[in-house]
Amino acid sequence: MKDLQAVETTTAPILSIRDLSVSFLGARNSWNRVIEGLSFDVNPGETVALVGESGSGKSVTSLSVMGLLDPTTSRLEGSIRLAGHDVLNLDEAGMIRHIRGQAAAMIFQEPMTSLHPIYRVGDQIIEALTSHRAMPKAEARAQAIALLERVRIPNAARRMEDYPHAFSGGMRQRVMIAMALASRPKLLIADEPTTALDVTVQGEILDLLKDLQAEYGMAMLFITHDMGVVAEMADRTVVMLRGRWVEQGPTAEIFARPSQPYTKALLASVPVLGSMKGEAAPLRFPLVDMQTGEARPPAPLQSSPDLSAPILDVRHLVTRFDVHGGLFNRRVARVHAVENVSFSIFPGETLSLVGESGCGKSTTGRSIIRLNNRSTGSVIMSGDEVFALRPEAMRQKRREIQMIPQDPLASMNPRMTVGDALVEPFLEHRMGREAEARDKATRLIEQVGLERAMLDRYPHEFSGGQRQRVCIARALMLDPKLIIADESVSALDVSVKAQVVNLLMDIQDRFGIAFLFISHDIAVVERVSHRIAVMYMGEIVEIGPRAEIMERPRHAYTRQLIGAVTVPDPARRHLRRNQQINELKTPIRPLDFTPPVRRYEQVAPGHLVMVEN
Amino acid sequence: MLAAIFKRLLRMVVVMFGISVITFLIFFATPSSDPAARIAGRNAAQETIEAVRKDFGLDRPLYVQYGLMMQRLFISQDLTSFANRGQKIVPTVMAAAPATLSLVAGAAVLWMLGGVVAGITAAAFRGRWPDKILMGISMMAVAMPVFWVGEMVNLVTQNRLHDTWAFSWVPALGYTPFSEDPGLWFRSMVFPWLTLAFLYIGLYGRMLRTGIIETYQEDYIRTARAKGLTGRKVLLKHATRSAIIPIVIMFGMDFGVLVGGAAVLTEVVFGINGVGRLTYQALKVLDLPMILATVLYASFFVVVANAVVDLLCLLIDPRMRRA
Repeated sequence: MKDLQAVETTTAPILSIRDLSVSFLGARNSWNRVIEGLSFDVNPGETVALVGESGSGKSVTSLSVMGLLDPTTSRLEGSIRLAGHDVLNLDEAGMIRHIRGQAAAMIFQEPMTSLHPIYRVGDQIIEALTSHRAMPKAEARAQAIALLERVRIPNAARRMEDYPHAFSGGMRQRVMIAMALASRPKLLIADEPTTALDVTVQGEILDLLKDLQAEYGMAMLFITHDMGVVAEMADRTVVMLRGRWVEQGPTAEIFARPSQPYTKALLASVPVLGSMKGEAAPLRFPLVDMQTGEARPPAPLQSSPDLSAPILDVRHLVTRFDVHGGLFNRRVARVHAVENVSFSIFPGETLSLVGESGCGKSTTGRSIIRLNNRSTGSVIMSGDEVFALRPEAMRQKRREIQMIPQDPLASMNPRMTVGDALVEPFLEHRMGREAEARDKATRLIEQVGLERAMLDRYPHEFSGGQRQRVCIARALMLDPKLIIADESVSALDVSVKAQVVNLLMDIQDRFGIAFLFISHDIAVVERVSHRIAVMYMGEIVEIGPRAEIMERPRHAYTRQLIGAVTVPDPARRHLRRNQQINELKTPIRPLDFTPPVRRYEQVAPGHLVMVEN
Repeated sequence: MLAAIFKRLLRMVVVMFGISVITFLIFFATPSSDPAARIAGRNAAQETIEAVRKDFGLDRPLYVQYGLMMQRLFISQDLTSFANRGQKIVPTVMAAAPATLSLVAGAAVLWMLGGVVAGITAAAFRGRWPDKILMGISMMAVAMPVFWVGEMVNLVTQNRLHDTWAFSWVPALGYTPFSEDPGLWFRSMVFPWLTLAFLYIGLYGRMLRTGIIETYQEDYIRTARAKGLTGRKVLLKHATRSAIIPIVIMFGMDFGVLVGGAAVLTEVVFGINGVGRLTYQALKVLDLPMILATVLYASFFVVVANAVVDLLCLLIDPRMRRA
């Protein structure tokens, strides 16, 4: 029976989309077309990647296949055939009977929010099992445990009883995958399944998906913006731009010989790990013309760090947070968020802090400007001990250190024009009169590549990249000596990301500003950094010049981190990392914990590695 | 769990102590309000006032007076009213409590049922006629003053249509204890219940509808739909359970406040001698022992209701069990 099905399905595609158009109901009752004339097939057992930048319609495509768009505000035309069903002509009941959780299953980008927070993980999987097929409770439970084991969750039987908040992001994504596999789908739709995960976890999940695909013989529709992931996962690739498909074909061919300018541009603007081999200084990204897809070599950085005296000197920084619980809310444990961290930054230099979520890199940045009052140690900023400053002096000191946030929209007041937002800190610090502030704002907004007319607009009228430029201009208003860029480009599309990173380097070139660049994106870090510090569980495990760290990593964790980065090279299609599975890594310690005394070994000039005890 | 209960009990004692002190101090700090003069009555002779002062212990230090009053309120329970001399406070409040409790508890059952059904129905039919009609009615329910609705109900059931088949079963206004005649108790409470519940059905229905609609934006609802669950299951099991938490918290507050006396308007309109009415009358004559007793009684219920709600939320939402 099973074999017969297999024979039947190898002849025809599992998913066949023809001339699909999707429109959404917009303001004033007009229909806005978001997908137009999209056609592609997914064959049994095959992985097809849908790639494109935000707004290209790739997620809408997947939601259309599952029938998850709101029928009152969306209109679909064309045809979607999935495992023999005409999806667009099925009603809600038909979708439930044949498609959702049946022929197709789906996993999503945000594992942290995609599981129901108030039901046990086991019950959510059992629900997926029993919603289509009646089965005895005990059998459903046994199957659910088997599924959790399939996705390599340790202690599956015990973890059935846990709630989602007890799982890390990677573990939650495994649970999502287990739930999707419950119905043995013919097609698994993965919508940016690893985008929100740390690199090493991303590697684990990609490995797992490859294994399961082989085990279950299912087809995958893989939606992503990450060309590295595409190269590693997809047999065939469909490139999308503003709702239309631009190019499709075998992945290797598209990477080797992109025929369309947009594909060329997309590939050219991807930060590639290892592309900086042999370069001593940071280098701007190549400038890619999005129309022609041609890349021009970047201008090298003119300035170099002034190594006479550091602008920022951090010594033995420790930040610990108390964990309260039990009767009378006593302290029960401590999070050693930052533990004995020391580094310095020189004028005009970029030091990158890299590491995975929870490693303490953001807390380090926040501790330096005293955004939490839980830190000890010493932070000397241009000659003053920051931790000893009185409130008014601290306020002045903050002028010298500015931050560029990860989410520019959230960091701007939606009711203030961009111009007012730029002028405000300048006036607040009494750096001059209103007219001077306006002049400076106008000058800076042009220097970050925007137009002066934009000063009168509100934040929601800008695109993501433009907003980040505004944030950069806002930071520059106060003539800072140091800018802390905390994941400032992580949320941007590849083409925009390259431009904003280039802008940061322009600013360093022009003003000699030092950067503390906090990021998990190692390919970008490789571009911008003079030096790199790798953090793990609150500690720096390795610090040194960029070329040293990237080309001769010494610490095991640094190697693992670099090895996990995806590279847009289709030769890696069958790569398996075979890493061990990492469970929650949080430095929560008992109250009487004394951190071990760490020793660092100098392996090359300026290259320090923590010695394993 | 035990620690959580103990913690809340402790907090309750602290809150009630604070409230009693504040109430006590406000009474004595009220300008030109010599309690002795008020107790003695209008145009009393100076000697009478002095006698009253001595009699009631009003010439002793404040903290002694406070301690004495608390002792007589909680331990010997023989505290008497300043206004109606000889009226014992504790038995009076205890006598009024069942009436209020009957009124509020019955109404609470109605409004929770009604509010949840209205909210879920409106959310299920969002933007369509059932939603619009329900939301229109609930807006009216919120907008119409309780005493007006109560008077209208009385006008119809006690007066205009009382002698028709529809309302001839409605007894005259007033409260009959359950222990005396359960049937009469029930019949006399039906319209007070409906009147009090009406407003809250409107409030809770609107809140739940908004909550469910917001929950539908959550990623985990998309997951539930992608799993192939039926629309009914997504609505009832996945969306409503998350959206009900703020409703439960609200319910605790409202229930405590109403049992503590905030149902005074309904009580007055339907002639129920409850705690609300008692408090109101005590306030009119500034009868300190009675005010203290009713305020403490009210705060007790508010704090207890909140504690119960906190524990309920722990049951509904496992995330709150951390810390």
